[in-house]
Amino acid sequence: MTERHRVTLTVNGTEHVLEVEPRRTLVDVLRHDLGYTGTHVGCEQGVCGSCTVLLDGEPVRSCLLFGVQADGADVRTVEGLGDQEHLSPLQEIFSSSHALQCGFCTPGFLMLATAFLRDHPSPSDEEIREAMASNLCRCTGYQNILRAVRRAADAVADPAAGP
Amino acid sequence: MTRARPLLRVEDGRLLAGRGRFVDDVDLPGQLWLRVIRSQVAHANLREVDTGAARASERVHAVVTAADLPEIDRIPVRVEVAGQPLDGYLQPVLARERVRYVGEPVAVVLAEDPYAAEDAAELVAIGYEELPAVLDLRAAERAAELEMGYGDVEAAFANAAHVTRAEFTIGRHSAVPLETRGLLAAPRDGRLEIWGTTKVPHFNRRVLASMLGIPVQQIRLHTADAGGGFGVRGEFYPEDYLVPWLAVRTDRPVKWIEDRSEHLVATNHSRHQIHAIEAAFDDRHRLLAIADEVWHDSGAYIRTHGVVVADLTLSMLPGPYRVPAYRGTAHVVLTARTPCGTYRGPGRYEGTFARERLLDLAADELGLDPLDLRRWNLLSPDELPLDRGLSAIGTTMTIDAGDVGGLLERTIAEAGFEAWRDESARLRARGRMVGTGAAVFMEKSGLGPLEHAGVDLLPSGEVRVTAGATSLGQGVETVLATLAAERLGLDAEDITVVLGDTDLVPEGVGSWASRSTVLAGNAVALAADRVAELAREAAAEALEVDPADLRMSDGRFEAAGSPERAVSLAELAGRSGGFSARETFEIDRMTYPYGVHLAHVEVDPDSGGVRILGYFIGYEVGRAVIPALVEGQLVGGAAQGIAGALMEEFRYTDDGQPLATTLADYLVPTAGEVPPIGVLISEDWPAESNALGVRGAGEGGATGCGAAIAAAVDDAIGRPGRIRALPILLPALREAVRERAT
Repeated sequence: MTERHRVTLTVNGTEHVLEVEPRRTLVDVLRHDLGYTGTHVGCEQGVCGSCTVLLDGEPVRSCLLFGVQADGADVRTVEGLGDQEHLSPLQEIFSSSHALQCGFCTPGFLMLATAFLRDHPSPSDEEIREAMASNLCRCTGYQNILRAVRRAADAVADPAAGP
Repeated sequence: MTRARPLLRVEDGRLLAGRGRFVDDVDLPGQLWLRVIRSQVAHANLREVDTGAARASERVHAVVTAADLPEIDRIPVRVEVAGQPLDGYLQPVLARERVRYVGEPVAVVLAEDPYAAEDAAELVAIGYEELPAVLDLRAAERAAELEMGYGDVEAAFANAAHVTRAEFTIGRHSAVPLETRGLLAAPRDGRLEIWGTTKVPHFNRRVLASMLGIPVQQIRLHTADAGGGFGVRGEFYPEDYLVPWLAVRTDRPVKWIEDRSEHLVATNHSRHQIHAIEAAFDDRHRLLAIADEVWHDSGAYIRTHGVVVADLTLSMLPGPYRVPAYRGTAHVVLTARTPCGTYRGPGRYEGTFARERLLDLAADELGLDPLDLRRWNLLSPDELPLDRGLSAIGTTMTIDAGDVGGLLERTIAEAGFEAWRDESARLRARGRMVGTGAAVFMEKSGLGPLEHAGVDLLPSGEVRVTAGATSLGQGVETVLATLAAERLGLDAEDITVVLGDTDLVPEGVGSWASRSTVLAGNAVALAADRVAELAREAAAEALEVDPADLRMSDGRFEAAGSPERAVSLAELAGRSGGFSARETFEIDRMTYPYGVHLAHVEVDPDSGGVRILGYFIGYEVGRAVIPALVEGQLVGGAAQGIAGALMEEFRYTDDGQPLATTLADYLVPTAGEVPPIGVLISEDWPAESNALGVRGAGEGGATGCGAAIAAAVDDAIGRPGRIRALPILLPALREAVRERAT
């Protein structure tokens, strides 16, 4: 199983060319080959969504994809949203809404919410709940995550409202 | 003194940016990956463990079985209770002649990468001679017997006007944090460096040093973020020896990251108990006595928690009620399942379920409102402090102060519980199955004996807080930073908090048992007060004024009345070489918070599904350092508690095969299942035993859930006292609904 394939990945705008085993998961490539450790592995079973990244704009479980399947793709991870000194509005709202505790599931929720809010600029509360039910959080009880996404949606609709 | 309540948690920046410091985020050059080969059967004699093919496998460095281990002790108990001899039941790091549960470590593979390690692990052939798997708690071997109580229980039952008795079962749950366990150990410059420890790092370092036969100082533990703890993470497990030992043996970094299927069979389970409980009442419906016999499933071994869950079950069972006589006995039994430890609210989630269910059943038998039965029997403020002669985790149990009845009424009012009841009655009259339930409980927090903390105002002006507490995601860095900041006239963001790094925090006890804010919080407050005092003296000298005439704000001292005469903390520290204080906060008993859970549910008569229409928690926390974090603890705890009532359970086949080995089988709730949860944080009864007045908040969100949800489901289906087991599973509920219909 040591046969390797050359793949080209663009991660947060930076192109990477590397040789990977065909069975190596995308999340292992991102974390251990390229150092994007913000994307987390919670189950490797496609249930928890901690490993959610955007692949050509769409949220995917990066534990359920092989790195070779992402050849040529544009990948966006939490590191592409904003850095510690310049958090994105969504990241700021997660903090001010207390939508995280241990922070392990948070990058997955941020990527999920990023795609969701792009596709649903004025979502109903039920749509937010249904979308966020894709991922698991064990600390918060979800209410503050739903509130954060609500506030982020409202801030986009009415920028004066701010984070 | 200024208030320094931060809007944002100091942890959030790194976590939101994907710059956390979780153990799997660290990779070291030359690192080997460890894979554990686990027993596939529940109980068997081990014949041969054939590792030949695995050893010959590509990129494999070593395969190790029990035969390769040095002479080492089994993993010791961390939390000793009442001198129970448990040595014969402790878990070895690798099974030698016998395996006792599916998931027990039998061998390990070290390989160049995790894929190769997993391939090789599949080539290890284990010969089993299968033995019967004992799963029935009543038939199982007893590892320990606990008994405690007071008063004349026999006389109370003999003279009772009414006796209610029933049996209740609590299923196997576990914390299932989103990050699994993991460890990285690396020999470096004559020392052993480790990433991935938390909860009780200093204790575990002592255990490891003793097992490795090296001095404690030779081991350095690094700070790590942890993806949730809730009791299970950070205890000393077999891997906590195997990984460092193999790093020493191979002289290379060794990493192990537990996968989710392993986690569900290897990491501590909890909760599984049977209660045969009875209560005696007089003719005015006052409790005369409670007697409870508990079968507590410890799984296949006694792990680091010893018998503490059974101990807490018994000591906390009378809870916030006036119980003149009490007898609790617990049989700690061994079954062919994953070994057990604590999980958020250990002993209280279970005991509260049994006691509150019994009161609901008694109220039904006596034709009373279950709230009234509680009102008449709750301890009143003038009965506290109360010492029943019980002990909890080896400490004298003194219920310190409070007004449980008052909190019950306030919570009922705040939740609009009477409106829930009216609506339920109206809907039931129209054939819907809607009901309400209440649970009242007592918690415990702030376990001693001590915690260490330091505050350093460094010459650079940086303020560093160190403490023996550890970060498990609960926001303890923010709490400690806040407590230091408000004593130094700074903002929490100005403070650097260092936890869990044994080079910077030489001694500590840790974060468990809702103790961090009480113990580490008070220790940090003492140290920060001392540093502020030292700085004030230096400022007085520099400004030539009396220390009492200095005002502190925005990180500087100003002379009262002449604000142009001022000096900043940073200047003072730079001039004087800095100020430091080390303090130890000691306390010999716990503080006992209490709370109320209220639930409003609807049962679907066809599916047996339960929909939560309303949920509300009232909790007395003494003082909330940061109310939003207290609320976060209560709501997050409730999500886990509710899931334990309705969804989560580790089930097994009759021969001990686990049925929940993925997150598709063990049903952690999503945003679709957790309802909005209302919270009333009461700060009416500050703890008198610590200067901050704080009581712990980590567990009370979970404690009452099983009892409150069961009561509401009972009420909805019109069968008070019918729900006697958690989780409330669809088939059982459908059956209960059908029984009522016939």
